[in-house]
Amino acid sequence: MIKVEKRNDISRSIYFLTPVLAIFLTLFGGGIIFFILGFNPIEALKFFFITPISDLYGLSELLVKATPLCLIAIGLSFCFKSNNWNIGAEGQLIFGGIVGGGVALLFYNHDGFYVLPIIILSGAFGGMLFAMIPAILKTYFNTNEILVSLMLVYVAKLLLDYLVVGPWSNPEGFNFPETRQFSESARMPILFDGLRIHAGIFITLITVFLSWLILYKTYLGFQIKVSGLSLKTAKYAGFKGKTMIIIVFMISGACAGLAGVGEITGPIGQLHRNISPDYGFTAIIVAFLGRLNPIGIIFASLIVALTYLGAETAQIFLQVPKYTGQVFQGMILFFLLGSDYLLFFKIKFLGLKKNEL
Amino acid sequence: MSFDLNFIGILIGAIMASSVPLILAASGELITERSGVLNLGVEGMMIIGAISGFALMVVTDNLFFAVVGSMLSGLIISLIFGLLTQSLLTNHVATGLALTIFGIGMSAMIGKNFVGIPGKEFPLLFVNLKESIPFLGPVFFGHSIILYFAFGLPFLTNYFLKKTKTGLIIRAVGDSPTSASNQGINVTLVRYSCILYGGAMCGLAGAYLSLIYTPQWIENMTGGRGWIALALVVFATWSPIKVLIGALIFGGITILQLHMQAVGLRIPVQLLSALPYIMTIIVLVVISRDSRKIKLNTPTSLGQIFYKEK
Repeated sequence: MIKVEKRNDISRSIYFLTPVLAIFLTLFGGGIIFFILGFNPIEALKFFFITPISDLYGLSELLVKATPLCLIAIGLSFCFKSNNWNIGAEGQLIFGGIVGGGVALLFYNHDGFYVLPIIILSGAFGGMLFAMIPAILKTYFNTNEILVSLMLVYVAKLLLDYLVVGPWSNPEGFNFPETRQFSESARMPILFDGLRIHAGIFITLITVFLSWLILYKTYLGFQIKVSGLSLKTAKYAGFKGKTMIIIVFMISGACAGLAGVGEITGPIGQLHRNISPDYGFTAIIVAFLGRLNPIGIIFASLIVALTYLGAETAQIFLQVPKYTGQVFQGMILFFLLGSDYLLFFKIKFLGLKKNEL
Repeated sequence: MSFDLNFIGILIGAIMASSVPLILAASGELITERSGVLNLGVEGMMIIGAISGFALMVVTDNLFFAVVGSMLSGLIISLIFGLLTQSLLTNHVATGLALTIFGIGMSAMIGKNFVGIPGKEFPLLFVNLKESIPFLGPVFFGHSIILYFAFGLPFLTNYFLKKTKTGLIIRAVGDSPTSASNQGINVTLVRYSCILYGGAMCGLAGAYLSLIYTPQWIENMTGGRGWIALALVVFATWSPIKVLIGALIFGGITILQLHMQAVGLRIPVQLLSALPYIMTIIVLVVISRDSRKIKLNTPTSLGQIFYKEK
């Protein structure tokens, strides 16, 4: 006999344990999929989750991928906590990259310590501006932010494509769809010789700290949380809903913009068509997996970054497409959302009592 | 380039063809949303339909199996969404996003061995009429059976929702699940059925792309059409007939954009390609501006979780 009972209050330990359960279920589900595809599931999972981080280079790559994921997810947590569904972070990332990249090209062959900070700030600004479009349309025209922010992803992608093919393409580049390589002064400093890990990780860590400060220690953070729990209460308390919506979108756009500019000044070093392997979408999963909590998001970004690396390794060793990573990412979110059921309901396994027989 | 009537007829025929996947997916999603469920996984269900339709066509060499199979696989993948949102009471938005991400990944995984295989010719109906009647011929004839089905679907859906008892039940569940439940309606069952129907239609929409519209398998070949279909449902303020009109407008922009590129206008290709997306945003703004009008038509419980205490 199984009996389901509604819980009266949410257990905090279960709240942070269900993501772990979700990860294990994903490994199990992934094993089954690999088995169906005709691989030895244990071997395949090893290629996916252990081989990529078994050396120093792999660990550095893990951090290189986690850096933008964590940054975007932190920004998204502001939106999601207040029930604003910004799912266009990918577009904000790309637009931030475009603005930052434009400034970097402007400072081509220009030395000076101020070059990189200006580029980074303009990237954040670009992302912020782009995120304000769905925010303003939502607040003043009542438009669905999910659809608008998503449509803008396609617009940003096409704009980037136009720029790197046309006006910004490298004059000495034999018509390749890419800009010049940025000057040394416009590049993120590399932390260790021979590895790709760059100073962007500090931007991410600072942002994590700041967002913790905002979310848990300021009035704005309080407003965000209350609006997320109950819009009616927020209105009753007299919070200015419109301003808050615009602010959370600005924060999340700025974070995505920073991630974009971090990518182009960090590992990429120029603008081309594919500056992001869908980090903006994957970060949505990171935000949920991390329970919209700054510390949780750090761990979640490392785990999801591993699915990227795993997909690359599996592509080489098992000849499966790199999209396999997305299968795992989708599964993590499915299992995570599903296991939330345990938060709200108790499942009791009851043996049949003698007098019932 | 000649602007004779026949050419315009061919153009209209092309616009109709490009609107078919949008009509199918949006009509399916409309029923789902009318029951109060917001499934953002349309893109994922479409792409799964596209690959399974194509794969089945290659494997079985039978187009009927391919089409039915694509609908079944759309249905199966939407069952994941149903299980999560209806039985495990998860958030609709997040679950739908997961479905899209999962669907795109899964389709690429299945489709690995089907890249570069040429498609099979899909039988078109009344081809001789298409060629013998100027203007009207290319508009009305020489299409696949799925196109005719798609153009009838919004009218059927409209009749179904407004005139049948089942349609009434679906609308009641969408507008007030609690009172529907008190009337003895099994809300969860109704919503499950609507989700599965939406999934099957999205699967068919995907199969139209991979079997008829561009008969081959390309990774990510739905290219955002699922999201446009979602926008169309809002555009249509949940009315099936307006879905048809909206889909034709979007189909029109797509075809117009291709022709403008072919003519060689001095407009960047990318700007033209961005037109459908920019138009979607503009249309959404125009439609949503009047919040009362939107509220009047939106299923009241859209996207909300329904839980019945036992």
